[in-house]
This record gives sequence, C-alpha cells and structure tokens, in this order.
Amino acid sequence: MADSALSENPIRALLIALGVALVCALLVSIAAVGLRPYYVANLEAERFSRLGAILDALGEETGPISISDVEARVVNLDTGGYNDVIDAATYNQRKAANDPSQSTPVPADRDLAGIKRRANHAVVYVVRNPDQTIEVVMLPVWGVGYQSALYGYLALAGNANQIVALRFYEHGETPGLGSRIQDPEWESLWANKEIFDESGRIAIGVRMRSGADREFQIDGISGATRTSMGVDSLVKFWLGDFGFGPFLERIRRGEA
Amino acid sequence: MAGKRWQTLVFPLIGDNPLTLQILGICSALAVTTSLDTALVMTIAVTCVLGMSGVSVSLLRKHLPRSIRIIVQITIIASLVIIVDLVLKAFFFEIGKRLSVFVGLIVTNCIVLGRAEGFAMRNGPLDSMLDGIGNGLGYGLVLMIVGAIRELLGHGSLFGMQILLPVSKGGGFEPLHLMLLPPSAFFIIACIIWFIRRKRPEQVEKPEFQVRLQTQGEQK
Repeated sequence: MADSALSENPIRALLIALGVALVCALLVSIAAVGLRPYYVANLEAERFSRLGAILDALGEETGPISISDVEARVVNLDTGGYNDVIDAATYNQRKAANDPSQSTPVPADRDLAGIKRRANHAVVYVVRNPDQTIEVVMLPVWGVGYQSALYGYLALAGNANQIVALRFYEHGETPGLGSRIQDPEWESLWANKEIFDESGRIAIGVRMRSGADREFQIDGISGATRTSMGVDSLVKFWLGDFGFGPFLERIRRGEA
Repeated sequence: MAGKRWQTLVFPLIGDNPLTLQILGICSALAVTTSLDTALVMTIAVTCVLGMSGVSVSLLRKHLPRSIRIIVQITIIASLVIIVDLVLKAFFFEIGKRLSVFVGLIVTNCIVLGRAEGFAMRNGPLDSMLDGIGNGLGYGLVLMIVGAIRELLGHGSLFGMQILLPVSKGGGFEPLHLMLLPPSAFFIIACIIWFIRRKRPEQVEKPEFQVRLQTQGEQK
C-alpha cells in the first residue's frame, strides 16, 4: 500500500474521478449511438402494432379490417388537402418537423402541445366504407407530456366529430403513473367521445377534477397530472386550426 | 488454484447466496418474478452487470482514493446498467418493456454495490468477475425458482407455454391470483430460505439477544 498516501491526494482523486466519468460517458454514448437503429426499428414495429390494435378493435364491430385495406395519404396541414407528390411510405414527419423548409414554427400562444415546430405535411391512414365515404381516419399526434414526448394515433369516425380511439405508441413517462396512458382501461375512456360542442368549439379534453363534463371530458390519471394535461393539450392542438382542423373541415364537407 | 476459482464461482449459488443468506436484492426479486421469461432476462442483466462491474472496480481498486470510492463504483455500475438497458431496448424490446424500471433499478440493487465494495476492492479482476457472475447466478437461481412457481400457479404456464389448462379455457386448473401479487414472492422466498437453512444449519443466524425467562419468585 505504498501508493495509498498518493491516491489520497485530492488532485489525483479529481483526475481519477474525471477519467472514470469520461470513459463511462464514452461507453454509454457509443452504445446509445450504435444501438439506435435497432431501437428505432423496434419503435416502428410498435407503431404498426398500435395501428393494428385500433383496426382490430374496429374489426370486432364491422368485421375484420386488414392493414392492406388502409390507405396511407399525405395531408397538407395548411390547406387540409391531400398531397400526392410526397410518398407516404418514405415521408418522415419527425425529420420534417426539424427541417425549416418543410415545417412552420408554431406561435408560442398557439403552441398548446409544446412542439415548437410543426411539419407542413402528415401521413394519415384512411379506412373507407364500400361507398368510398370515410369510415375511420387515423391521425398522427404528438406533444410534450411530463418528461418526454408522447407519440400516438387519434382515430376519428367518418363524421370527424367522434373519437374512435387514442393510442400512444411511444413515450418516456414515469412507469406506473404517466405510463398508464397506455392502459387499455384508460384508452377505452376515449371511445365514442364527441369532439365539438353545439357551437363548434373543441370540447373534448382531459380533466383532473371530479364532476367533469362527462359528455366531452375524460378523467385524468391521478398522480400523473402533467402527463394527463399534456394529452389534453396535444389532442386540442392537433384537432385545432394549426393541426388537422382544415383537413377535418374537408372531411365534413365530404371532400376527403 | 483452479479449484479455488471454481469455489469463487459456485459458492454464491447456495453457500453464500445473495438472496437467501445475505437477504439482498429482495425488491427486484418481488417485481420481476411474475413470469419466467422476465426472471430469466433480469438474471442475465444482473449477471452481466455484476461480472463487468467486478472486473472494472477490481482493475481500478489500487488507484481509487478511499474518499470517493463509492461514488466511482456507482458511476461504473450506472454506466453498465444504462448499456444493458440499451441492449434490451434494441434486442428484447417486448420483455424490456415489461421489466420497465427494474432494469434501471439494478443500479441501486444492493448485491451489485455489495460485491463491488466487499469483494472486487480486495481481489484481482478474474476472481472479481467470477465472484460477480457467481452472485448473479445465485440471485438468478432463486429468481428462476420463484418465477417458475409463480407462473405455474398463477397462469398455469411456464415460459408462456400453457401446461395446466385453466378453468376459463375448459381445463381443470383454477389459477391462483395471489401468485401474481408481490406478497407471494415473499412467501416463496421465505420457504426457500427455511428449506436451505434446514439443510444447512450453519446458515442459521444466532439471535441477537436472548429473551430471559423470568421465573416465579425470582428476586434481586
């Protein structure tokens, strides 16, 4: 133990601590970057399985719907019309949201979901009735929860005024609290809720207080107020003018 | 020498089992043993972390200032746990999701820090690695036994394969829902501890104090 006196030297201790921290940081970074492609592929599979789950739930009422019956379309969020130039299979909304030429900054007072920039286009999934009217349309939604971004799909009925399902496929919320947004029990609260009240205002939302307006409000998750409010704001944002508002207007007019 | 190394590896299985003798790591053992596959993945994760943290701490042991040794050990363990978590997310996504926080909580698993501080700080890298792996397997052995009992009696299956057909599917087996709740793991672990100490009385701890019986009429 000849070097024990030496190793108690504070400068040496500092250097060792720094060295260990650097090596650890390097290893963690290499692992994070190296494994990212696999993780992303898993998330993509998860996204599809969540979409499939919405279809399965629908299929129980109307007969099975396979994923091949679903039409993927790119929507221009500003006009609400379809854009057939962009390929829905390769379009990446998350990348586009960070590209100034493909996205629009959201004014702070309108940015309910806390997303800062919104991509100009989004890929929606449409299921049609035999007479070509829309049966269900699935809209990609995302926003900020308590400590992570929440990504999900909001499925609406063909009248664009009734929610079929809300399913999140990616989040990093607290396990057991915020993560309950993926509980089947909580998900089932969203089914068949109306979105707009008589005056056409967006009335759907999440409430933490009891005595909520049962017709339009969903009970929040106790212990996860910030997550619940995040869901509330992102749903309101994406149904609003800056989100899919113009597209929903077109659906209501039967033009989509 | 080889025999001694072998001893380092197998002694923690029953002779010095971290769960049944040292009673460490109980929290995660309750949480991940509702089914065998999560128990197995948790075993592998803990064994990897223990083995690698043993080597790293042992290599650094002569250079670690005593005043900051614990925090350096935790830094190393935490980094290893993050890497294991990332590997799980990349290759075992579904099971990783079910293990949720408990992979991250390996950082605070007393077994890992206990072996780093208690063994790796005083022994060479190879011995420390074997000790870590041995302890991981010892922990895993109990986990697998508890997991097998809980999954078999709670779901009627092992590794997800239906073995006993439950009543709801037309069989004759009534699933025991208690087995899916955390307390059942307490009971099972207690039974395992009782069984081992019954076979190996040397593991029975001496009572910390003796209750003195007061005989009638005794006076000072």
